[in-house]
Amino acid sequence: MLMPIVSVMFLGLFLGVILGYAAKVFAVEGDALVGEIQGMMPGTNCGQCSFPGCAGAAVAIVKGEAAPDCCPGGGKALAEAIAAKLGVSLDLSALADAGPKAATVDETICIGCARCYKVCPTDAIMGAAKQIHSVLQDACTACGNCTEQCPTGAIGMQPIPVTLDNWNWPKPVLA
Amino acid sequence: MSEFLILLISTALVNNVVLVKFLGLCPFMGVSKKLDSSFGMGLATTFVITLASGACWALEHYLLAPLGLNYLRILTFILVIAAAVQFIEMVVRKMTPELYRTLGIYLPLITTNCAVLGLPLLNVQQSHGFVMSVTYGFGSSVGFTLVLTMFAGLRERLALAKVPETFEGAPVSFVLASLLALSFMGFAGLKLG
Amino acid sequence: MGLRDFLFGISWGVHPDDHKRPAADQALRVLPMPRHLYVPLLQHAGRPAKPIVHEGDHVLRGQLIATVQGNVSAPVHAPASGRIIKVGEIPAPHASGLGFPGIVIETDAEQRSVPADLVSDPFALSPEQIAERVAAAGVVGLGGATFPSAIKFALGLRLKVDTLIVNGGECEPYLSSDDRIMRDCAADVVDGIRLVMRAIGAGQALVGIENNKPEAITAMKTAAESFPEVKIRPVPARYPMGSDKQLIQMLTGREVPSNARAATVGVLVHNVSTCAMVSRAVRTGMPLIERIVTVNGGAIAQPGNVLAPIGTPVQDLIDFCGLKAGHEKPARMVLGGPMMGMTLPNGDVPIIKGCGGVLALDANEAELPKTTACIRCGSCVNACPMGLLPLEMAARIRKSDYKAAEELAIDDCIACGCCAYACPSHIPLAQMFNHAKGELWSREKQAKRNERIKNLSAARQARLERDARERAEAAAKRKAARAAQQAAEKNSANSGEASA
Repeated sequence: MLMPIVSVMFLGLFLGVILGYAAKVFAVEGDALVGEIQGMMPGTNCGQCSFPGCAGAAVAIVKGEAAPDCCPGGGKALAEAIAAKLGVSLDLSALADAGPKAATVDETICIGCARCYKVCPTDAIMGAAKQIHSVLQDACTACGNCTEQCPTGAIGMQPIPVTLDNWNWPKPVLA
Repeated sequence: MSEFLILLISTALVNNVVLVKFLGLCPFMGVSKKLDSSFGMGLATTFVITLASGACWALEHYLLAPLGLNYLRILTFILVIAAAVQFIEMVVRKMTPELYRTLGIYLPLITTNCAVLGLPLLNVQQSHGFVMSVTYGFGSSVGFTLVLTMFAGLRERLALAKVPETFEGAPVSFVLASLLALSFMGFAGLKLG
Repeated sequence: MGLRDFLFGISWGVHPDDHKRPAADQALRVLPMPRHLYVPLLQHAGRPAKPIVHEGDHVLRGQLIATVQGNVSAPVHAPASGRIIKVGEIPAPHASGLGFPGIVIETDAEQRSVPADLVSDPFALSPEQIAERVAAAGVVGLGGATFPSAIKFALGLRLKVDTLIVNGGECEPYLSSDDRIMRDCAADVVDGIRLVMRAIGAGQALVGIENNKPEAITAMKTAAESFPEVKIRPVPARYPMGSDKQLIQMLTGREVPSNARAATVGVLVHNVSTCAMVSRAVRTGMPLIERIVTVNGGAIAQPGNVLAPIGTPVQDLIDFCGLKAGHEKPARMVLGGPMMGMTLPNGDVPIIKGCGGVLALDANEAELPKTTACIRCGSCVNACPMGLLPLEMAARIRKSDYKAAEELAIDDCIACGCCAYACPSHIPLAQMFNHAKGELWSREKQAKRNERIKNLSAARQARLERDARERAEAAAKRKAARAAQQAAEKNSANSGEASA
């Protein structure tokens, strides 16, 4: 009766010591990956992904709690880069893409209150108090922070119009 | 010497652990979507199986058999295998973080890979010596790696192919696996020695 | 080129029915001045030109109406005298049917030109002066790439090219505008070739002309007789012989590496029509305001070549040549050739500098065969002049795996359409590759944008931190000052007390 108990205990102890030693030798300090992914993110902390800032999103992506394509600001380019880094495959066609948007100011109702540009994470809104504001569309990430601030509803998200520069051939539907 | 060569070939091809003995099907279907990760999985499994074959032989001969504790075989073998897998997980995590992430859930699952337990048990059943046991384990796991990478390569091509909608994904992979198994049956006619 | 080409001659490309005659044999006609001209500001590779005229202005024929903007750009001149009635959006010669900026001119009856700026001996000019005159005249590559010619000259001079390749291939079926210019203005073409050689410092010029244009070859040989450095080289008629990389390889045996310019192998390619325009621009200062356009296709009653001002709507050209009886409107209108040209949504689209032809196809020609599954026959691989694997790329694009298509060198695809032409399953391969290239390009653009946004937000973060720090410092200073003041007050109070 005693023999099996002792031998299995002995075996467990032996393996435990080996593993304990190995854990020391092969210890991984922190997770460098989180930092790397955070470096790839836009860094605007816009909150569109529903995580606390880009750092939070990076942690969630590494933990697998968030998909690599969770950042709407980064779009497909970022999703692809993160997926490649994580070594996971990603179905980009599933990425709901309502088309890029950018904030635009309706000049007829803007009162120049200067609230919106204080919350813009990329300084994309130009203006001063009592001056009509304007948005640099190139720098806008469509995070929507400004629309919440506007007292008159003058600033809103509009789809970026299709021009010759960004038009693309439709994908042919094959039999 | 030729004895070992024959054993290697017969375990890798003729009695292939996956396609003839139908052991280790779970990683075979699970980690065969990408060539890179399946090769990594194959290497990790090879290491674990070879290690486990040797360790289990020692366990059987120096602990279980002398003390007459044969009924503890499966339990203790699993213990050894689990430890080996833990060990390799640490190594992989340290050495290649990319592979660690791609293998993901399947790395700890090597523990429950039936091929890993099956081979040491077969070794005992066929009363192999130490070198024979290790060779048997190594040959089988080389066969496992071979089939896994082959299947992954085929599945990469299959992902591009036009497949009827109802067959897309897993169903057509099973069809492919069965065709691969059929072709491996052809090795049964191989005359060795 | 591989072993196969060495053993069996060229195997790339396709050989479509060329449909060039009878249009090519018709004498050149001149289009009566259209009522309105729609002159685009972007008719070249690079940044669009900047308009310098306003609505209501009166302009003369050849007057500068838009100047260069940025490093790679070309000026635009008024193709006719008349009044500017709009500076704004006009229909673009583009498959999307979208608009782009342009200038609309209402032509007048007078048609006065700006005075000519004649040069008696253009060969006395320095290469820089030639390039300057060519740049001022807004000459761009007329073969279709529309790269500003003067910039190409400077590039050739800098990279010390030894050979000028003159592209008289015109391999697109139906088109014959280059053929016509070689037949009618061979002397101008040869003169232009010699000027370009001077401008780029090349020692010889090889003129590649497809052997399905014997008249053009004869005319060019006669014109080049007294200039041994200009060599006329007939080449086999095969599509896409008129593509620069293929023509360079055919004539010189040099292969242009992937992602490199022709100049890296010591050659520069110019189209025959471009050379004729260079001659005119250098000798008379005449800007590029008109060009020969082939009007052809099954629905056209009198196909042929027409000299039309830039900005002429396609509909005017088709009306001029007439539709065949029984055709109310063409089944499809194409700008350019049938292989690489673009389908037009309507006839309002204007002719631009790089447009060699307008096709009005009848129902028979325009019929699109039904697409069936890929049978992996490899016809597209044989046809691809760039040695790519169209079927493999298409399979990946179908699954939206654009990165994998990029790894198969989709960047080297010249969009010639040989693969789609050769495909027995009628898979629209060229369109798939255009789509994939657009998709890859937009991702690259987005990645750059992400990078920029990251910098912007980092800058903002830094600014906020600096502001906070400065505010804190200022507050600390104020506090210190106040403390000092209080201490001083206390001291004075104390001393007051003491004195009291």
